[in-house]
Amino acid sequence: MSQEIDETIKRILAHKGVIGAIIVNNDGIPLKSTLDNSTSVHYASQIHSLASKARAVIREIDSSNDLRFLRVRSSKHEILVAPDHDYFMIVIQKDAAN
Amino acid sequence: MPPKQVKSKTAASVDRKRSKRGDGDDLTEMGDGTEQDDWMQAKTLVKPEDQLELSEAELKEEFTRILTANNPHAPQNIVRYSFKERQYKQTSSVDQLAVHFALDGNLLHKDSEEAKKQFNRMGLAETKEAEPAEGAEPSAAAAEESGGEGVPEGGAAEGGDEDAALAPATKAGGKEKKLTNQFNFSERASQTYNNPFRDRATVTEPPPRASFSSNVTQWEIYDAYQEDFEKQEKSKEKKVIPGRKEEEKSKKKFQISETSSDDITRVETAAKIVERMVNQNTYDDIAQDFKYWEDVSDEFRDSEGTLLPLWKFSFEKAKKLAITSVCWNPKYRDLVAVSCGSYDFMKQGSGLIILWTMKNPSFPECFFETDSGVMCLDVHPQHPHWICAGFYDGSVAIFSAVDKRDGAIHRCTAKNGKHTDPVWQVRWQKDDADNNMNFYSISSDGRICLWTILKNEMVYQDVIHLSLPDISAEGPDGIKVATTGCGTAFDFHKQKDYLFLVGTEEGKVHICSKAYTSHFIDTIDAHNMAVCWNRFHPKIFITCSADWTVKIWEMKDTMDKSEGADETRKPLFSFDLNNSVGDVAWAPYSSTVFAAVTSDGKAFVYDLNANKYEPLCEQMVAQKKKTKLTHVEFNPTYPIVVIGDDRGNVTSLKLSPNLRKMKAEKKGAPPVDEATKVQREIEKLEKILSMVRNQPTEATA
Repeated sequence: MSQEIDETIKRILAHKGVIGAIIVNNDGIPLKSTLDNSTSVHYASQIHSLASKARAVIREIDSSNDLRFLRVRSSKHEILVAPDHDYFMIVIQKDAAN
Repeated sequence: MPPKQVKSKTAASVDRKRSKRGDGDDLTEMGDGTEQDDWMQAKTLVKPEDQLELSEAELKEEFTRILTANNPHAPQNIVRYSFKERQYKQTSSVDQLAVHFALDGNLLHKDSEEAKKQFNRMGLAETKEAEPAEGAEPSAAAAEESGGEGVPEGGAAEGGDEDAALAPATKAGGKEKKLTNQFNFSERASQTYNNPFRDRATVTEPPPRASFSSNVTQWEIYDAYQEDFEKQEKSKEKKVIPGRKEEEKSKKKFQISETSSDDITRVETAAKIVERMVNQNTYDDIAQDFKYWEDVSDEFRDSEGTLLPLWKFSFEKAKKLAITSVCWNPKYRDLVAVSCGSYDFMKQGSGLIILWTMKNPSFPECFFETDSGVMCLDVHPQHPHWICAGFYDGSVAIFSAVDKRDGAIHRCTAKNGKHTDPVWQVRWQKDDADNNMNFYSISSDGRICLWTILKNEMVYQDVIHLSLPDISAEGPDGIKVATTGCGTAFDFHKQKDYLFLVGTEEGKVHICSKAYTSHFIDTIDAHNMAVCWNRFHPKIFITCSADWTVKIWEMKDTMDKSEGADETRKPLFSFDLNNSVGDVAWAPYSSTVFAAVTSDGKAFVYDLNANKYEPLCEQMVAQKKKTKLTHVEFNPTYPIVVIGDDRGNVTSLKLSPNLRKMKAEKKGAPPVDEATKVQREIEKLEKILSMVRNQPTEATA
């Protein structure tokens, strides 16, 4: 089981344009990361609150709905956030066109 | 009331009695002055000019004036409003006291408190006063007693001395009790030296700040309650189930370890989603094309279409294998199951069953490795996670996409009815009467088998034996051995479940029924390879073969057999594709569209409605020239075809609009339902067929 997931994560990291990946738990603490600690903590804390807010928005509008994933596209790269029950997974990918 | 005036009035009143002259201060004064008339020389009567002229009698008239003690200035009739009696009432008595003069004096009784205090304060002054007073008294007494007695003076002096002696004593006493007052105090002040101020500070490290934010909404509270509720339910269940202490302990331990571990396995779904997202980004343009791109040039070319290449799925392990079968998942429209094996007799290795999803083109959703090449594959229409597969070594197996054990769920063995030759096609059937799943397989050993899955095992049942009744080979001993035909393909009728077609290597197509195990309903001399029923029309089917042709046939009723029994039945349509055809498939959306792939890497799409002889699209699909395309399948919902080749690659292509023409609905007509659509498709095909059917010689060009 965990082997598959490890492989999946390896594949994600090996994918074209991917800068890094972070796994964050519900308290906003990064558990596993491929970036350095300060960046990870930075990303984790900021995105944690953003994702919670996004989730609140979706749920508020329709309580039977739930957030699947969140993409934040910026001029330099794109931050992909996939929430799970207890964890968030954040992947930062550079734009494919670049 | 100025006293002077009153005085003057009373004086005047008195005076009037006395003097009968008019008022006037001057006169009064004159009156007084007349008493002392020493300095008044003459007694002249001075009359003011405005004096009343009165006669003598009037002058002598006596006016009575009563002197009362009443205050003439006091009001006599003060009226006050009495709230008690609610009316104005005259005050009965008015104060008649008139104060003429008031002067506050400053004399104190010498025995009063204040006086005593003052005595104390002015003790010295007292004695001093006393002394001169005493001195004065004796001196006065002396002066009074005698004018020249020196003794009393001396006595006085002595007294004075004594007094003087007394005085300091009293003075001293007085000094003790000296009191300060506002006239007699002194203030003392001194300025001290102000120490200079010094600033002392230390800078500490600020406590780490973390901003915390949270959202509280109604649904969050609801969620929390739900979780709690579920936990309670679970604990209730645990209690209900009679569990030994050990079990509970182990369960508890398990729970704890689950919740406290930061195990990466928990992120599974998130990781999957993220992988898809990453892929979506990378293949963004393809995804956009898939959704939105339509070939504009199709508007200008009426009878031509194109295939736009989209994703290309390739898996490391499948690179040496050929795609042997492709099947779309009936439930999940983006999932395609692909089987890999090898067509080459010499090179037989392992096989693969791969499930790809369009959402993730870089890695398969799941895959199974098998020891023998997989030749065919089918996904169960109702239970989309069941996949049945046929192998090169003749066995069949069932896999579950959900329950990914290391291998197949079931696998038949040599004892269990395994075919002796490779299995070329498998197909799921509807669940039988006992709700067991079952499927058919066909193989080169000439047997068509029905496999049923009972609870734990597969049970097989031979359905048909393909035998060649006419030709029988001669055995070494001259015994006639019935040769068996080799089935290569079969397909079940879409509507009539019991009817199916079998294609054989000898080139015959048999129409069989499940009911008749050894007897075919019909046989057509055709070619071999794939066979596929038309989706809409109940009687049309298509076949393709390595003889470079694709043929469309019509199934005749058995009644009609007698009519044309002797003639070799001819196909309705026949297409020559310049190379051996690997696979053919009907389109799900139109009864007149089908696609075929050939060994030279080309894909052909025909639409009988548009052009009966030429393909609408002939396109090179494979990357390298020598790749053969092995299979083609249309996606049930999206306008996509998936083509497999012999290098283990699966390519997806989008059909251009011309290839997807469906019968245009009249504007304003109500939306048609499925049945009507089907009917229309059938009619469309019928029209075309009728042109060709009756007499081939009369077929219009």
